[in-house]
Parts: sequence; structure tokens; C-alpha cells
Amino acid sequence: MQNHRVVVTGLGVCSPNGVGVPAFKEALENGKSGIRFYRELEKLKFSCQIGGMPLISEAVKAKYFTPLQLRNFNAAGILYGVAAGVEAWQDAGLAVDDEQCDFESGTIFGVGTLGVDKYRESIYKVDEGNTRRLGSTSVQQTMSSGVSAYLGGMLGLGNLVTTNSSACTTGTEAIFMAYERIKAGKATRMLAGSTSDGGPYVWCGFDALRILPSKYNDNPTQASRPMDAHASGFVPGCGAGALVLETLESAQKRGATIYAEILGGHSNSGGQRQEGSMTAPNPVAVKRCITAALSDSGIAASQIDVINGHLTATAKDDLEIQNWSEALGRSGVDFPYINSLKGMTGHCLAASGSIECVASVLELKHQFLFPNINLQNVHPEIEKVISTSRIPTQKTDLNFNILAKASFGFGDVNCCLIFSKI
Amino acid sequence: MSQDIYPKLKEIIKPYLPEDVNPDAISPESHLVTDLNINSTHLVDIVLDVEDAFDITIEDDELDNMETVTASIALIEQKLATR
Repeated sequence: MQNHRVVVTGLGVCSPNGVGVPAFKEALENGKSGIRFYRELEKLKFSCQIGGMPLISEAVKAKYFTPLQLRNFNAAGILYGVAAGVEAWQDAGLAVDDEQCDFESGTIFGVGTLGVDKYRESIYKVDEGNTRRLGSTSVQQTMSSGVSAYLGGMLGLGNLVTTNSSACTTGTEAIFMAYERIKAGKATRMLAGSTSDGGPYVWCGFDALRILPSKYNDNPTQASRPMDAHASGFVPGCGAGALVLETLESAQKRGATIYAEILGGHSNSGGQRQEGSMTAPNPVAVKRCITAALSDSGIAASQIDVINGHLTATAKDDLEIQNWSEALGRSGVDFPYINSLKGMTGHCLAASGSIECVASVLELKHQFLFPNINLQNVHPEIEKVISTSRIPTQKTDLNFNILAKASFGFGDVNCCLIFSKI
Repeated sequence: MSQDIYPKLKEIIKPYLPEDVNPDAISPESHLVTDLNINSTHLVDIVLDVEDAFDITIEDDELDNMETVTASIALIEQKLATR
């Protein structure tokens, strides 16, 4: 059977530095940080009292939810996911049929931790012996698939409606799995994306791991420093990103705006063997994931123009650069341009991959590179491998064709996608 | 007493109406699910709102007595009388 070509026709985003694609694109171009100080984290004695959370107005809430849906609603991840998902659907020019479901359209919408605030509220009531007072919506707000369930109903999706979860790889993996489903002819169109709750009850475990920066509470916008010599940990974030993927035939038939094509990708795991562990990547698997994505896409390593890295601003950034360099067989000035969105947004955890894919697709469509912010001195180990000229610190207009995006997550899981201009 | 309860109950029911049902459609005879099209899972929310508004407790086996507006008013009256 002939494989279908898969293109991106809609984008939606709920990012700490911009809610909605127009605001997000402007933030990318201007290198705008979405990192803020949170008094609540200070009160709770967190070491890291800063983070990235999308600023959602009541007007945005009312745009996507009915007053009834907002009654007793306390699941930020669903709010972010629905705002991004419905925006992407509308951006793709797709209508919603209130009567019939569409068996050709589905969603894979990933989460890490979902409905934490609602869950916390429920736990208090349960422990007080007040389970009967939870109300009717605590299940749908706290189940992992809550976000895909809300979106499926709002959009009338009749194909696969599910949620994936693979830590910080989640978003990129959701897009890869949706791509595979369309390519194989099992769906015409998929809403692919991911979302993550934020705040103290999500970020606490990372604070306890002492992997968040603690010296920037007075200076939040400068805390997230991917590839910098003074990178001191990732800044926790949250939000959601969403892409509408569909067959090229369907997009052309509808006369839809095509943002980019997905040429291929790969996902794998390092099995927590060799140097891999629950929290560290096995470099053998990372490199294999990248090279397998290239061969799946039918392109050579030399054709990669730009890399959107995972690059979280921890001590692992130099290892990631090393892995890219070895996988592609390219170094110094021959290395592709590379950037990391996390300087502006922090690490949006399960949402990072999808938000960063939205950024990548905008870069391809509008032919520019967003700046790596807070990069004053490139880490010496990185400078040994690649030329600093490949790491733009200003917005750069660039004619280019192919961008590679990878995400890596706890559990030693990897995913790499190859996007092309069309 | 029921004259006081009816408008209060109407206000409680209103937010649970589907978007295509006008609040004017609420009448004493209305069946919450079949006439007003309220999603049956929301009946537990209406019970909680009624409990809060009238400071009463409605037992699980009494939910069947809240199917219509009139039946709900009768149950609330009975609860208030025995409080």
C-alpha cells in the first residue's frame, strides 16, 4: 500500500510567553521570556520560586468553554490543551459538526501530569469523609485522557481519540504517532499535541531533585540558559501545543494553508542501559533515534539545516550537542543551526515537545530562526564541538528547507521528527 | 413555603441547562432529564447545590424523588420541615 504524505495545516499554542499563535510568534521573534516569580512557591519554601505559566484571561476561557463546563473546573492542563487544540482546529479552517462525528479525524493528545489541582481538591474532600460532595466532573478532570476526551467531544472526533505519556518526550511522540497513523492510511486527519499542568504540585518533585535553578528568584527572565556556561538547571514550565496533521491530498483538496511537511521520524528508548538511567539518556539510543529518523525521512544528514534541540539548560546540554554531532557526522561550522525554546519558556515538561514543534513549524513557514536568549558564554564543552556561529542569539532570517526536532524524557525515551518546507 | 423554594430552585437548575434550552422552559411540571435535557450526571451537582442553598442533606436513595421540579420542591419542603 502506498504511504500518504503528511502535512501540517493548523497550529495552536498556550505558552508561558504567548497564548495563541500570533502572540507566540511575536514572542519568538522578539526573544520574549515567559518566566516569572511566583509568591506561592516562595511561601511553600521552594528552592526555585520561578516558573513559566501561560497567562489565560477569562475571555480566553469563555471562548473555548461553556459556563457549565467551567463550573467546578480546576484542571489547568485541560484548559491549556483545549485552548491550543481548538485554536489549531480553527486555524486549519476545519468546521465542527454538532450532529455527526467525523470518523476520518482523531486526536493523540499527550499529558504528563493532568488535573493535579482538581485531584488535590478531591483528596481533601475524600480524607474528610466527604466523597459524595466531589461533584460529577472529578473523574473527567483527573483521568490522564481527560484532555483528549474534552477535545474529542468539542470537535466531534470519530477516529482514534487517545492520550500518550512519555515524560518530556510526550509532545513530540504524540505528533510522531499521529503522523504514522495518517501515513498508514488509518486516519485522514489528526489533532496532535500535548499539555502539562504546572505549579507547585507538579514542579515539587523536580525541586526535590535539586535540578532547578535557585539563584534567579530575583531575576526570573535570565534563569533559563540553555547551552550557556552558567546554565544551572531547567526552569519548570507548563502549557500546551497542538498541530493539525493531515494527508497532503486532503489538505490540497480543501485548499488548506500548508505550514510544513513531516518527512518522517523515529522513537526509541535506551533501555536505561549503558550510560542511560531513569533520568539520563543512553547516548547510543539517542544517536540511533536521530539516524533512524533521517533514514525514515529519506534524507542525508547533510540536508539538515536547523535543529530545534531538547536542550533544557542542565549539565546535560553538552552531551546532547555531542550526540547530535556524532549522529549527523557534522561539527564546527559544518554543524546545522541550533536553538532551544526553553530559554524563553522554561521546560514545559510533557508540553515541551508540542510547543517546540509549533515554534519549529513557524520558523520553517516564515523562514527565520528565533534567538537563543540568555546565552552569554557558550558552554566550553559545547564550543569544542560546534562553532558558536551556529547558535544564533538574535532573530535571524534564513532561507532553509529542513528542520530536525528531538525530545528526550525520563525513562530514557527519545523521539525525533523531521519537518520540511513545502 | 413552595413559593420561596421554586424561584431558588430555578436559579440552581439554570446553569445546568444545555445551551439550546431556554431558562423560560423551566416549569413546575418539568422533568429535569427528559424535558429539560439536563445531562443525568449533573443531577448529583444539582443535589449538592440544593443541599448548600437550603442547608439540608439529601440521601442517595432520595435522588429518585428529584426527577421533576415539583417532586424536588416537595422533597426540599419535607427536609426543611424535619430539620
